[in-house]
Amino acid sequence: MTHSLFVNGRLHSVDTDGDAPLLWVLRDHLRLTGTKYGCGKAQCGACTVHADGQPVRSCSLSLADAATSRIETIEGAAGPEAEALTAAWVARGVPQCGFCQSGQLMSALALLRANSAPTDADIDAAMSGNLCRCATYNRIRAGIHDAAAALGDRS
Amino acid sequence: MTDTPPSDTPKRRFRLTRRRMILGSGLVGGALVVGYTAMNPMQVGGALLTAGGPDFDPGPFGPYIRIDADGGVAIVNPQQEMGQGIHAALAAMIAEELDADWDTVRVVDARVNFAAYGPQMTAGSHAVAYHWDKLRKTGAAARSMFVDAAALRWQVPRRLITVQNGVVSHPQSNRSASFAELLTDAARHAPPREPVLKRPEEFRLIGTDRVRRKDCGPKSTGRQVYTQDIQRPDMLVAMVAHSPRFGGMLKRFDDRDARRIKGVVDVFAIETGVAVLAQDTLAARRGRDALRIEWDDSAAERRSSPELTAWYRDIAVGRAVIDATSFETRGDIEQPQTGDRFETTIDFPYLAHAPMEPLDCVAQVRGWDVDIWSGSHLATLDQVQAALTARTIPGRVKLHVLPAGGSFGRRGLMSCDYLVECVRIARRTGHRPVKLMWTREDEMTGGYYRPMVHHQASIVLGADGLPSDWRHRIVAQRLIPVGDNPQNSEGVAGSPYFAAANTLDCRIASPELPVSVSFWRSVGHSHTAMAMEHIVDQLARRARRDPAEYRRALYQKAGATGRLRVLEALCTRAGWGKPLEDGWARGMALHDCFGTIVGQVAEVRLDSGRLVVRRVVAVVDCGIAVSPDQVAAQMEGGIGFGLSAALHGAITLKDGVVQEDNFDSYAPVRMDEMPLVETHILPSTRPPTGMGEPGVPPIAPAVANALFALTGTPTRSLPFGRQA
Ligand code: FES
Ligand code: FES
Repeated sequence: MTHSLFVNGRLHSVDTDGDAPLLWVLRDHLRLTGTKYGCGKAQCGACTVHADGQPVRSCSLSLADAATSRIETIEGAAGPEAEALTAAWVARGVPQCGFCQSGQLMSALALLRANSAPTDADIDAAMSGNLCRCATYNRIRAGIHDAAAALGDRS
Repeated sequence: MTDTPPSDTPKRRFRLTRRRMILGSGLVGGALVVGYTAMNPMQVGGALLTAGGPDFDPGPFGPYIRIDADGGVAIVNPQQEMGQGIHAALAAMIAEELDADWDTVRVVDARVNFAAYGPQMTAGSHAVAYHWDKLRKTGAAARSMFVDAAALRWQVPRRLITVQNGVVSHPQSNRSASFAELLTDAARHAPPREPVLKRPEEFRLIGTDRVRRKDCGPKSTGRQVYTQDIQRPDMLVAMVAHSPRFGGMLKRFDDRDARRIKGVVDVFAIETGVAVLAQDTLAARRGRDALRIEWDDSAAERRSSPELTAWYRDIAVGRAVIDATSFETRGDIEQPQTGDRFETTIDFPYLAHAPMEPLDCVAQVRGWDVDIWSGSHLATLDQVQAALTARTIPGRVKLHVLPAGGSFGRRGLMSCDYLVECVRIARRTGHRPVKLMWTREDEMTGGYYRPMVHHQASIVLGADGLPSDWRHRIVAQRLIPVGDNPQNSEGVAGSPYFAAANTLDCRIASPELPVSVSFWRSVGHSHTAMAMEHIVDQLARRARRDPAEYRRALYQKAGATGRLRVLEALCTRAGWGKPLEDGWARGMALHDCFGTIVGQVAEVRLDSGRLVVRRVVAVVDCGIAVSPDQVAAQMEGGIGFGLSAALHGAITLKDGVVQEDNFDSYAPVRMDEMPLVETHILPSTRPPTGMGEPGVPPIAPAVANALFALTGTPTRSLPFGRQA
């Protein structure tokens, strides 16, 4: 069955069943492979994307449900918050293996867009759904603070 | 980073004279060789030598350095990047001696090529140490060729020429030229036989904060390509149903429902189970779920973890008899121990690696020719195994090494299980490429674990309060099929804590069972550090001495000057002995492995039964820290990894079936559990030693010792708070 899916500002038509998890639609059908598979059951956050601005685990969201929302993936992440986060990630040397980082960045992006000056507790709450087996957590936290500060300076 | 073929510069000037040296040194000693021998020495040895193809041209500056016409310097990283930042450290060694402009240096991954790079094996935290002289000489040789070119062009003595940031100058005449301008001339000069290296005090780059990873850009934008992301024309996706029990064999299967699933292309049995081939990942998964399989469990492991633990304990005390080997013997060990005996045991569970990227591999087999895309860190071995599986020669196997989404040892198996599985499937697709995907569940239940281990020690303290008689038993499966299991006694063997012992009797018993085990970040040290460091705190308490002071006495007796230096710095940096707020306690642990010494002090509290670790102060002596930033990153990562295992990690069996299969039941620490980490690097002029693993071992005992200080109760099993 054909579904229309709005991803990164473009309308795609996807020929698969509505039960298909969004993750596999993004990766295998739309070839947007920045979104990663890590657990398949909403435990690791590697597959985090935004649905109408909210961070969601794309492995656990069906295509049928996703088709009603605007989806944003790491490939489409843009704007001042996204730029500030990437710059902070590079400056801090956050990634190690890097595999979790698309998901980390999408969670951090949703946080920063909603909260321009998050506290440590805000960060814990927003980020604890994202695992990092390389344990880059302290640098992620610092990176989010750096990005928030950079955005604050700019405005 | 991309996989770029070696330089296409036509001339072949740089002779690969070190090839024989690599063969001579890289393949002797250590576990890897034993692994080769265990397989089939003639076959593997012969195959290895033909690997890489005959047509490799290293270019004028050798196989590690490529300089483009515009002067851009690319450094070829022969090692595998799995997060440990090795590419930056190795590139910095070359850039330092070449005096290249670090900010513009690019790093590219080498294709597997034995002729050029020797065995490409990334394991045992050895890469930095192994390449230290070799890569610096490569850089110095290239630099010397540029100096020759400039001296000839300007007709000035070589010694008056300087090189900095990719610019060659003769300050007296105010002349300078870039690498680009001198490139053609430099390439005509022969590399010096013995390039002169800088003294450590002359380093401009090594040891500075400028040595940062080069891959943060792609890894912070979703652009880094991993094996999971590989797409090839006509590619199929495969999943394999494995036996739920170790040692189980396929009896029969019914694939009628599976074949009805849309997108399923084929189903067939392979050596490791039933493979489902499909158009995409979801179809493969659904097809596999629809299989009905009967397994033959007659040779399978059917026991549960508590039974195995009991068996291991029986082995340790001699109630169950299996052969044990001695690895430390001193004095009259036939004499029973007399005096005030301290006895303890500690049990460790199986641990999965659980790298963030579940196991995967892409393979295409076209007759003799095999292409593999994989995050291989024993690339040379993987190449050989792929060739054996595809019945070709390694020279016909093109292995495209990709950065791995973590590994922690899982992608470094002698048997290369998932890669071999992928090649087996790819042989049956009529030349179509195959991406083999393991689910998270496949990975966690699929074995090759850090083994279950039991330690038992019986120790008598002498009049000076130091151990005078130490008897130690370790029970753990072998990591490689032959030998005396040295990987599981490392860290106990040669311990400085034996310095005062007149009698010493350490043995290891290696039970055999079908559960597969392997190397897990820090290998045997992942349990021996816990055993030794926690025992020492208990001995210190028995002797009524401060744990730091007690260690100091033992290190002095052992002449362990490296450990003493780390201990002193650790006490200062951690504020050892200074009071903490109510409810908090410090615990210390110090361990050396892979040539690096790490000490950690953890600050711990029990919050209504829940263990909280808020801060870890770490001191490290890793020789010259090529990249202080990455030393700190590996310390942070190692602590998070070790703490995950210590707080939550256990793979357990029930009737032989693994009970933990995803991150809900096998939980790594999350952001809210991660302590602050403060890393202090001791200054050193000693050649660098590795950092990928040594951060891991001390954290569990540091936390255990803090808990012991808080509660007075020693830890008898990991993870904390769980009965083995
Ligand atoms: S893959 Fe979706 S949360 Fe792990
Ligand atoms: S950087 Fe490796 S899992 Fe996060």
